[in-house]
Amino acid sequence: MACCRAILLAGIALIMSACPGGSNHTAVQESFTVNIAGSTSVMPFSEKLAEHFMLEHPTFAINVQAGGSTAGVQACISHTVDIGMCSRELKADEKVLTAIPICYDGIAIVVNPRNPVTSLALSQVRAIFNGSIKNWSELGWIDRRIDAVSREEGSGTRGAFEELVMGTDTIDDATMVQDSNGSVREVVATDPYAIGYLSLGIVDARVTAVAIDNVKPSPVTIHEKQYKIVRPFLYLTLGTPSEAAQLFINYVLSDDGQSILLKEGLIPAYDFS
Amino acid sequence: MTSPNAATRERLVSLTLTVFAFSSLFFLFLIFLFILIEGLPLFFKAGIKHIILGFKWAPTRGSFGIFPMIVSSCMVTVGALLIGAPLGLGCAIYLAEYAGKQGRIYLKPSLELLAGIPSVVYGFLGVVYIVPVIREYLGGSGFSLLTTSLVLGIMILPTVISISYDALMSVPRSYREGSLAMGATKWQTVYRVVVPSARSGILASFILGMGRAVGETMAVIMVAGNALKIPSGVLEPLRTLTSNIALELAYASGDHRMGLFSTGVVLLIIIMILNYIANFVIRRKVLK
Repeated sequence: MACCRAILLAGIALIMSACPGGSNHTAVQESFTVNIAGSTSVMPFSEKLAEHFMLEHPTFAINVQAGGSTAGVQACISHTVDIGMCSRELKADEKVLTAIPICYDGIAIVVNPRNPVTSLALSQVRAIFNGSIKNWSELGWIDRRIDAVSREEGSGTRGAFEELVMGTDTIDDATMVQDSNGSVREVVATDPYAIGYLSLGIVDARVTAVAIDNVKPSPVTIHEKQYKIVRPFLYLTLGTPSEAAQLFINYVLSDDGQSILLKEGLIPAYDFS
Repeated sequence: MTSPNAATRERLVSLTLTVFAFSSLFFLFLIFLFILIEGLPLFFKAGIKHIILGFKWAPTRGSFGIFPMIVSSCMVTVGALLIGAPLGLGCAIYLAEYAGKQGRIYLKPSLELLAGIPSVVYGFLGVVYIVPVIREYLGGSGFSLLTTSLVLGIMILPTVISISYDALMSVPRSYREGSLAMGATKWQTVYRVVVPSARSGILASFILGMGRAVGETMAVIMVAGNALKIPSGVLEPLRTLTSNIALELAYASGDHRMGLFSTGVVLLIIIMILNYIANFVIRRKVLK
C-alpha cells in the first residue's frame, strides 16, 4: 500500500515537474502585472524581492510604490492595488483585509556615537518622548537638552512606536519630526544630543542602537524574544488575491524570499511566529 | 484674394491666444475648487474656531488645531524679512545707483542664477552648514526658527532685489540731477530722494518676498525641525503650514487628509491677502 502511494506521488511529482516547462512556453505571450503599494519601511525590501522574482519570472511586471502604511491599507481596501504593504498591526476597522506577515522588524532607539548613554529602560524612552525627561543630565550625561526626533503622524514606524513604547502616553509636541527613516538617521548622526527611533534594518555605523532594558536590538535578540520593540511587516490582500499576486506572495514566503529578507537584517516570518 | 484669408488667420491666432491666456485662469480656478472641495467639509465638521485657533494637531485622534503653524509661518516670514529686506534693498541700491555698467553685467545674471537654484539645494546647504554651526555656537538642536529665517532670508533675495531695482530705476533721472544740483551728496540723494520716490515699489518687493517665504516648503522641512509647538525662542524648532501638508500628505487618509487640505485653505487665504496688498501698493504708485 505504502509502496503504491510512493509510486503515485512520484508520478505526480514527475508530471508537475514536467508541467512548468510546458506552461512557460505558452506564457511567453502573456504577461502578468502585480501592483504593490504602501509603507515606506517595507518598500525597499519589496523592491528587492520583486527584482529577484522578476529575474526568475520574466513575464511578470511587479510595480512597487511607496505612500505609507495607511495609504497602503486604503489602496488595498479600494482594490486599486493587488497587495498593500503595512508596517504596523491593522486597526480594528481595517480587519476586513487579510494580513500576511512576511517578516518582522525591530525598531531601534538610536543615539549619536559620541553619546555615552548606550542603555535605557523602556520607561525612560517613554519619558523622553512624552516630554517628562528633557535633559541628558537626568540620564547621567552632561547638562544639555535632549533633541528628541520622531516621525510624522500616520507613519507606520511612528504607529508601531506609539503602540509598543508610548502605550497610552502621547508624543510631546516639542519633539522634532522628520519624514523618513533616513532623515531621522541623518539628524541623529549629525547631532550629538539627539535621540530617535528607526527601523533596525536602517541602522548603520553612523548611529548607535541603544540597549533597551539591557537588551541590544539584533536579529538574535529579536528571534529569542528578548528585544520587545518588534513589529510585523505585512502584505495585505482583499479576499483572494489574483493568481499572479499569490505567486509573488508564495515566493516571498519561500526559503528563497525569506533568505533575501534575512540578508537585509530582518527576521524571517517562520523564525518568529 | 489674400486679404480675407489673412483676416481669418488673424482672428484664428487671436482666438487661440485668448484660449491660452484664459487656460491659466482656468487652472487657477480648478486648484481653488479642488482645495475648497477637499478642505471645507472639515471646517463645517470640526468648526472654524477649532481649526484656526486650536493648539493641538493630532489628526488621527480628531484634533485639527493649526494655530501653532499659522503663528510659526508668520514668525519665519518676519524672520526672513528681517534678514532678506535690508540685504536685498542694499543690493538693489548698489545695483541701481553705484554699480557701473561693468558691475551690472556681472551682478544681474548671478542674481538671476540665485533665483534659479532649486529650494531643496538651499535646504541641503542649510542642513549641512548652517544647522551644525548654530548647534555648536548658539545651542539648541540647530533645527530652529533662526536657521529657517536665515535660509528663507537668502531665498527671498532675488525677489526683493529685482523688484526694488526696477522701482529704483523707474525714478526719473531729473530727480537725481535736481538733488545733486542743489549740492546734496550722492548718498543724500539716494537716501532722501531716490529711495522715498521708489518707496511703494520697494514695499511691494518686501510683500512679494513675504509671499515667497510663506509658500516655501522643501527647504523649510529640511531645516525647521517640524515640532508642533509654537517656538518659545529663536533656537526652538517649529512647523509651518506648508511643511505640515508636505510632511503628512503621503500617509494621510480620511479626516487627516481633509485636515491637510484645510491647512491648504488657510495658506491660500494668507497668500491671497499678501498678493492683494502688494497689488494695491503698486497700483497706488501708478495712480499717484
